[in-house]
Amino acid sequence: MSLLIRYAEQSRPSVRFFLDGQAVSALAGDTLLTAVLTVRERLRTTEFTGSPRAGFCMMGACQDCWVQVRRGDGPVQRLRACSTLLEADMSLSTTSAPPPVIAEEPKP
Amino acid sequence: MSQSPLPPVVIGAGPAGIRAAVTLARHGLSPILLDESPRPGGQIYRQPPAGPGQRSASELYGFEAAKATAIHQALAPYADRIDYRPDTLVWNVERGALDLLSNGRTATLAYHSLIFATGATDRVLPMPGWTMPGVFTLGGAQIALKAQGCGIGSTVVFLGTGPLLYLIAYQYAKAGATVAAVLDTSAFGLRIKHLPGLLALPKVLAKGLYYTAWLKAYGVPVYTGITPVRAEGNERVASVIWQDSAGRQQHTACDGLGIGYGLRPETQLADMAGCAFSFNPLDRAWLPDRDSAGRSSLAGVYLAGDGAGITGADAAEVGGERAALALLQDQGATIDPSRVAVLEKRMAAFVRFRTALLQAFPLPAARWAETVSDDLVLCRCEEITAGDLRATVRKDQPRDLNRLKALSRIGMGRCQGRMCGAAAAELLAHQHGCAVNDIARIRPQTPIKPIPIGVTPENTP
Amino acid sequence: MSRLIEADVAIVGGGIVGGSAALFLARAGKKVVLLERDRCGSRASGVNYGGVRRQGRAPQQLPLAQRSHALWGQLPDLIGEDGEYVRSGHLKLARSPQDMAVLEAYAAQVADYGLGLQLLSAHELRQMFPMIGDKAVGGSLCPEDGHANPRLVSPAFSRAATAAGATIIEGAPVSEVEQTSSGFRLRSVAQDLTVTAPVLLNCAGAWSGALAARLGETLPISAAHPLMAVTEPLPAFLPVSIGVEGGGVYGRQVTRGNFIFGGGRGIPHPVSGNAPVPDFARPERGALVNLLQQAAELFPDLAGATIIRSWSGVEAYTPDHEPIIGPSSTIPGLFHACGFSGAGFQTGPAVGAVLADLVMSGQSVTPIAAFSADRFR
Ligand SMILES: Cc1cc2nc3c(=O)[nH]c(=O)nc-3n(C[C@H](O)[C@H](O)[C@H](O)COP(=O)(O)OP(=O)(O)OC[C@H]3O[C@@H](n4cnc5c(N)ncnc54)[C@H](O)[C@@H]3O)c2cc1C
Ligand SMILES: Cc1cc2nc3c(=O)[nH]c(=O)nc-3n(C[C@H](O)[C@H](O)[C@H](O)COP(=O)(O)OP(=O)(O)OC[C@H]3O[C@@H](n4cnc5c(N)ncnc54)[C@H](O)[C@@H]3O)c2cc1C
Ligand code: FES
Repeated sequence: MSLLIRYAEQSRPSVRFFLDGQAVSALAGDTLLTAVLTVRERLRTTEFTGSPRAGFCMMGACQDCWVQVRRGDGPVQRLRACSTLLEADMSLSTTSAPPPVIAEEPKP
Repeated sequence: MSQSPLPPVVIGAGPAGIRAAVTLARHGLSPILLDESPRPGGQIYRQPPAGPGQRSASELYGFEAAKATAIHQALAPYADRIDYRPDTLVWNVERGALDLLSNGRTATLAYHSLIFATGATDRVLPMPGWTMPGVFTLGGAQIALKAQGCGIGSTVVFLGTGPLLYLIAYQYAKAGATVAAVLDTSAFGLRIKHLPGLLALPKVLAKGLYYTAWLKAYGVPVYTGITPVRAEGNERVASVIWQDSAGRQQHTACDGLGIGYGLRPETQLADMAGCAFSFNPLDRAWLPDRDSAGRSSLAGVYLAGDGAGITGADAAEVGGERAALALLQDQGATIDPSRVAVLEKRMAAFVRFRTALLQAFPLPAARWAETVSDDLVLCRCEEITAGDLRATVRKDQPRDLNRLKALSRIGMGRCQGRMCGAAAAELLAHQHGCAVNDIARIRPQTPIKPIPIGVTPENTP
Repeated sequence: MSRLIEADVAIVGGGIVGGSAALFLARAGKKVVLLERDRCGSRASGVNYGGVRRQGRAPQQLPLAQRSHALWGQLPDLIGEDGEYVRSGHLKLARSPQDMAVLEAYAAQVADYGLGLQLLSAHELRQMFPMIGDKAVGGSLCPEDGHANPRLVSPAFSRAATAAGATIIEGAPVSEVEQTSSGFRLRSVAQDLTVTAPVLLNCAGAWSGALAARLGETLPISAAHPLMAVTEPLPAFLPVSIGVEGGGVYGRQVTRGNFIFGGGRGIPHPVSGNAPVPDFARPERGALVNLLQQAAELFPDLAGATIIRSWSGVEAYTPDHEPIIGPSSTIPGLFHACGFSGAGFQTGPAVGAVLADLVMSGQSVTPIAAFSADRFR
């Protein structure tokens, strides 16, 4: 289930990324927040009570959308989902666990 | 003219900052324009990421399309003059210099003259259920639609007060969402009462009336004088419970809820720079002092746009140009006095309008503070409840928000009180039975937004 | 309305030192009045790093630190709350064999004081604390040292003192102080308040020098501003409080997950004014960026985390970085307790107890001769 509903610009090219290790897709030009919330109902859980959150202000003010992201086998970064654009093959985590390194697919 | 050796710096590329930068450039200066966002436009004229499939300006900005386009294109003719730096967060001001974060690198930028055009974000009052997925700020709901082509749900409710409530409901309905209700805490009578002031800007008023009429014509239920009760749902919002103006409890099913009570200015940097502040009873907020031209209490530091008090997008453009002219004048440049007169006259109308608007759509602070229950989370970041706040008040009698912050952690989290500050102030004042201006304001701390520990200083290879 | 209070003991300053002194004296039955110009525990005592550490102190401070250690162990009984105090252990790291030699020498030097130090080889360090980067070649662990939340602990001392019968007046800057035939007369113009007492405790932190100067005594107190920063809450990764031989950076992770770290110096705030001791302090950009780099170097996994705030405070320093504790040698009835030089949070409770000893019996159970202001004459 998704939280956000696409109303426009649905013809943008599709972009693959990984959410808690699973391959999913979003559209080019999506923020991390849009990318996650068009395939899931939450973005993260809070540190103290574990309750689900999905961002709030979408403009970099509330800071309720920081997520852990990994590019390739690089280090884990914390990024603000509403103000970071999605890149292909990013690995994102919606839990407190760091996002996994995604193994290269074997070339056919 | 005695030009200062350092280029003037403008923070914020919204309507205020862009007009300021362009005005400086037109007068021969080469300003630096800093903005955290990737593209110019600020909040109201925010642009989606460039790329195929982008909507037209009229699809994106409706009536404001021409203004939006003008703002977006305003920098281009001065591309060789204005050093525009997008994706650049100003995270600190200290002793005549700014600290910038861009692409994981931090750099220091000295200034002699500076225009703060940092804009505003939503002001919220917490309600039970407001931290659930599916509940967003009104502005957030609009940005999702404008910058991402996404809505916060398919059946949505907008709750709070202010003109944005109606505009966003209209935009959602036009985009194809079902707007289940528009719930305004302000009584309709206040709008009538303050009509004379609202007539200061007849065109803006007409637009507002148009949205309201449109909503009515398309059968969108609009209720005024309501009291929010709670949002309900199992880990995502499923309905809103509210009380109508007659005190009857109502239940509206939805899968998206936008809440907001007007806007709050981003004043952290001006505060850190040392600008004097005063409490403004209309905004119920501390605002940096400025004269009618936008001069702050500090020499060489100017303020423009919503960052210095909520006055709207058109006023931001006027204020940006006026502040730039003040800067030029203070540096000894010759400026056109008739232009100044035009700007000041227009600004006076904006101020009359703003005064009426803020009175027509007031923050329902007193009612909120009286009824807030102990288990309500006020601070999203640290998950601090109203009960925690009250316990701290009982224990320590803090008379100052900063003491409250030190003891209860409210306002101490990632957002530094941007989301909980108004609520904490209202509740603390209510607990003491004092005015909200008697408890000081939360001191901003460096960095004003989170920065990575792994930042590299610019001069490192 | 003007007020006059006659007391047995007047205390200036409601930091952890003044608060603790008020608590012990009130418990001993003295009529105590404490004047604090701001809120109790709002200055150095409320904004410090929160290190409750004995390791690394000069041997002459260890009896005092040990007495405090015992008091910290009874914190809830003393102040009515736990103040988030934990005995996490304090681990001091060596970044070079030379630094390791310094840690070894220190351990030998203080062997008789009962700190229970454990020297760790690089291998042992890696096994016990795998999160520490390979910059460290060894370390010294003091298992019973720990940390606490200064914002909670320090105001609680004054609250406990009030509960024990002390009169604590906040928002009362002492603007005049003079010696009289029977002791001292203090004025707080802001409160239109006069306090008289035969005994005066100078617990005014970085402003102690100014208070002493008004009575004609010179104390070599200067101010400096330790720099602090804190990350967002992170999953638990660091069970001990960390310091580094030679300085530079220190850090601890609180139960809520935030990593609090410090090192380097802030600057006076507001910047204007030439008062030798400023009212407040704030971070300084160069020091802050340097601190971030040092933290990332020590804990490579932290590089991706963000800091959400930084701050500084106004702390009193002496030329030899040891405190001044004890009776004035020129003015009878006056006692100083100041100049803790960045390390007075841990010792604060015991310093208050020592002051109470001095007032009650004329001498301290804990040796304090090394801290006499006379050493600077
Ligand atoms: C979602 C939303 C919708 C709105 N809709 C309307 C509307 O329909 N009509 C209307 O009249 N008003 C509207 N407003 C009010 C609106 O903010 C202003 O009218 C207008 O955008 C103000 O212009 P500005 O230039 O003052 O600030 P903004 O447009 O807010 O621009 C400020 C800019 O400063 C940047 N900035 C802020 N802090 C920093 C920093 N530390 N470092 C770097 N950059 C920084 C921001 O990224 C932003 O781009 C809306 C506001 C919001 C939040
Ligand atoms: C950032 C920082 C980090 C630190 N980290 C540690 C640490 O990890 N571990 C450790 O042990 N120590 C640490 N310290 C040192 C420790 O905080 C201090 O040594 C200790 O708090 C001193 O306590 P105090 O009561 O003497 O001073 P303060 O807490 O400064 O109290 C003095 C009080 O006197 C009041 N006052 C001054 N003048 C007047 C007047 N004229 N009238 C009325 N009131 C007056 C002030 O308002 C103030 O509240 C740190 C200090 C700082 C600043
Ligand atoms: S949603 Fe508020 S900062 Fe991202």
